[in-house]
Amino acid sequence: MTAMIDLKNVSYRYPVSDDSVLKNISFSIEKGKFTAIIGNNGSGKTTLCNTIRGFVPHFYKGDLDGEVIIDQTKITDYQLGQLGEKVGYVFQNPFIQVSGVKDNVFEEVAYGLENLGIPVEEIKIRVEEVLKLVKIEYLRDKNPFELSGGQRQRVALASIIVMDPEILVIDEPTSQLDPIGTQQIFEIIRLMKERGKTIVLVEHKMDLIAEYADDLLVMHKGELVMQGPVREVFADPEFEKYQIQYPHVTEIALQLQQSGIPLSFLPIRDEELADALNRTEVAAHD
Amino acid sequence: MTELHLTNVSFSYPDGTKALENLTLSVTSGERVAIVGQNGAGKTTAVKLMNGLLKPTEGSVLVGDWDTKNHTTAQVSRKVGYVFQNPDDQIFHNDVESEVRFGPKNMGFEPERVNELTDWALKLCGISEFAEENPYNLPYSVRKFVTIASVLAMDSDIIILDEPTAGQDKIGLQVLGNLLQVLEEKQKSVITITHDMEFVTDYFTRIIVMANRQLVADENAQKVFYNTEVLEKSMLKPPAVAQMAKLLDFSPGILSKQQLIEAILAQRSL
Repeated sequence: MTAMIDLKNVSYRYPVSDDSVLKNISFSIEKGKFTAIIGNNGSGKTTLCNTIRGFVPHFYKGDLDGEVIIDQTKITDYQLGQLGEKVGYVFQNPFIQVSGVKDNVFEEVAYGLENLGIPVEEIKIRVEEVLKLVKIEYLRDKNPFELSGGQRQRVALASIIVMDPEILVIDEPTSQLDPIGTQQIFEIIRLMKERGKTIVLVEHKMDLIAEYADDLLVMHKGELVMQGPVREVFADPEFEKYQIQYPHVTEIALQLQQSGIPLSFLPIRDEELADALNRTEVAAHD
Repeated sequence: MTELHLTNVSFSYPDGTKALENLTLSVTSGERVAIVGQNGAGKTTAVKLMNGLLKPTEGSVLVGDWDTKNHTTAQVSRKVGYVFQNPDDQIFHNDVESEVRFGPKNMGFEPERVNELTDWALKLCGISEFAEENPYNLPYSVRKFVTIASVLAMDSDIIILDEPTAGQDKIGLQVLGNLLQVLEEKQKSVITITHDMEFVTDYFTRIIVMANRQLVADENAQKVFYNTEVLEKSMLKPPAVAQMAKLLDFSPGILSKQQLIEAILAQRSL
């Protein structure tokens, strides 16, 4: 498999700061994988996202050591604009992503494509498709500044998806959304994955990560402390010491184990708990 | 001690868009209430009516013995503190401490009380170490705590938190939980809007469910999360524990992790 995102011994320090926010980070993400970056606030997740999309150091300056390679090319060999087409980035705070130069949602979503010089007819088709996909057709004539937090979050995602980037970096896309809206966003991300996109997601909602993501990168105080397939990382006893939320079912399972109830495996999805409990019964009778 | 009474409250924007229809509810002093419901259900409109940011088109909002129609937002906000959903709508100082100090100072409290309240609020929100920082150098989730602290420091009887759980990690959620406990001990009423159903079941017994600009339920958590009709109408997802309990065929009512663990242990010991 080809690596889409490759970091080798990456450290980064913001200008005028004494401490590194990223410390000697190395990982590789294959094309088409859905990777979640988790860790408590302040652990360096957003800075790591900014590194993948080239804002570190192109925009924020500061000292970047090590190598960041996106699709076989070093990040320093890209123009920031080229990288913008390759890596779509959805902001953590939907209140700041809205461009401020368009007065309705349809045009807001079309804005990126206009800047790429795409023919008008094609823009119309692509915007229509995305509005439908993200379920915001009803907002098309609304002013982006009059939307609720959750609505803006969908518009922000739509205006990136429409550009059809190979890599999607998404920073907490559901923080303002209700549970059903959150589920819908994850379904859209799954659809992007099915279309072969490489996805990097920052998120605190572990139940959904357990359901949708392939791999985990665990950040702690600027270091990448654990990485691997979702199930393996949650099952690793080391995970507990970083004080990060487990999927709720995993937390319950760990407490059950502590109370002396044997489990055949550590569940990470709600529907696995019965299985984990029952199979041990069968095993006990064997 | 201030009670809050909303009676048949409706609100429409000047262009005629209805945002809230016929809401009646009361919050007694010292009570803790969660408001849940989908985006666009009318939750934020409801709480903005409670602190006078919006005035009802129909019906009345009573804060203590004040009808919000007869008082300015500035007056009402001394009794009802509102923490905005978006921290960036609220913050305007260059350092965290000045931001938090502004409220109590502006209320005209004695300097000593201003200091006390500022320190207390910073500590309670876990941001004392950032007192000198520019709020905009802090992550979104910490900025949210800056706005919570600046409202707590005003020492109002009623406090409204609009989506405090958004973007919070495990540690942030623990700080919030502790804060609710402390406010309850101080007999403050706290009204919290949130989408985090685990947070709701961990810290709230009274749940107000809204959908389509209306109140759908005002009940205890067990009744809400095991009421199929309410769940469907409001498109709420019950907390993970309730879903697990259902998958394990336990009888309705289980909401907390502890309850579920006890139920499983009890079943084992049969």
